[in-house]
Amino acid sequence: MHRHPQARVDVQGGGSSAGIYAATHGAADLGASSRELLGEEKKLIEIPIANDGIAVIVHPSNPLSTISLMEIRKIFSGAVKNWSALGLPPHDIDLITREEGSGTREAFEHLVMSKQEITPAALVQDSNGSVREIVAGDRHSLGYISAGLVDHRVKALAIDGVFPTRENIKNHTYKLVRRFLLVARAEPAGACKAFVDFVLGPNGQKILESEGLVGVK
Amino acid sequence: MMQREKFIERGLLLLALSSIGSLALITIFIFIEGFPLILSTGLKNFILSSHWAPTKGHFGILAMIISSVLVTLGAMVIGVPLGLSCAIVLAEFSPKRLKMVLKPTLELLAGIPSVVYGFLGVIWLVPLIRNYLGGPGLSLLAASIILGIMILPTVISISIDALTAVPDLYRDGSLALGATRWQTVSRVVLPAASSGIITAIILGMGRAIGETMAVIMVAGNALQIPTSVLDPVRTLTSNIALELGYAAGRHREALFATGIVLFVIIMILNLSATLITRRR
Repeated sequence: MHRHPQARVDVQGGGSSAGIYAATHGAADLGASSRELLGEEKKLIEIPIANDGIAVIVHPSNPLSTISLMEIRKIFSGAVKNWSALGLPPHDIDLITREEGSGTREAFEHLVMSKQEITPAALVQDSNGSVREIVAGDRHSLGYISAGLVDHRVKALAIDGVFPTRENIKNHTYKLVRRFLLVARAEPAGACKAFVDFVLGPNGQKILESEGLVGVK
Repeated sequence: MMQREKFIERGLLLLALSSIGSLALITIFIFIEGFPLILSTGLKNFILSSHWAPTKGHFGILAMIISSVLVTLGAMVIGVPLGLSCAIVLAEFSPKRLKMVLKPTLELLAGIPSVVYGFLGVIWLVPLIRNYLGGPGLSLLAASIILGIMILPTVISISIDALTAVPDLYRDGSLALGATRWQTVSRVVLPAASSGIITAIILGMGRAIGETMAVIMVAGNALQIPTSVLDPVRTLTSNIALELGYAAGRHREALFATGIVLFVIIMILNLSATLITRRR
């Protein structure tokens, strides 16, 4: 911003669909999305800017430290409902998922569920933050959030023995990794191209890394 | 002079119509956006199925309709006795000066933003329910309690108006016949004010069924039909607000269609409130 005082960047929330919608209809030159493009949207040009791990989280007092992809799938499909199946003292699992349409949920379903549906008995929250808030307060809960947002109040589980560390996400040994995209109707030009170059350049990537994401370069 | 008078009249009429016009626009917009989906899914599949997976082509909102009804009933069970007794005390039994302090205080409740109610619910109520009653805490019960409190201002202020509208002649007559004050209130004043009180309850219901933010925060938003008050539930309003952020295409239409169902329910409630008041 200091170097381009004349450029104007409007920031608007509303989720991935809002970003894609704005780019599709020309309201914005670039839209940001944390989910992959679907159907018609595939006409847009996609520019991957970062990778993000999806961490499966539990309360810090939970003795569990690793879980298998299969176990996660069984729990989220509703086949396993009790912690006793994982060798813990019997208690219902308070399962938390994201709302339908969320990029995190879409990536989670794609990476974990293999066509099975997430059980309707799961609690649904509309942000990573509120999932984390519930897991931090409930000893029997299990949820998933963006790995960049894991803090000391929750514990990220290793999946099949691999923790969601930066290195593991970058080299994809950690299995739950999704892409963050910028989308545009046409090949970016002018100020738009400068922005994309900046994001993909060392400075932009450094900022993304400092926000807990993992760069693409 | 007459010219000017006419001009002002017309101007005011135009302003009044513009507010009705915006209501009409909202209605038309919701129906245009949502109706195609109801037609293509079929009304029966839409409101009688509880399979909601809009990104996979399943649009059943039965679980949410049931949850909305249950949450609202729960709010009534908690809010109506509290609100009504509060109104009776304020209108019939309290000294003028106490009433002058209490009534504005209660009306202040209505000014608290719903997100604050929701936040208090998450911080206090939900952990209490989780620790002492079990389940995840975010539940039908939590939502009912929070909504029960939120409808108090509506129920209380309209009930007080209904009670004070009962002429003092009725009270005097009853007392003169030897009835106690409580007998007077319960057998004479309450029946005389009943249509106003029912209006208060119906408007409270409208408020409860339309509330969104606080409910999203404390209800848990699960998609199942609840089997216990400790189960998490998702209401019609929560469904729209939760998913609109990321919804596209048919999913977005389905949320507007949810809005149509909600719109019809609230219209029915408001119409019956109007009819009951008019009958008086």
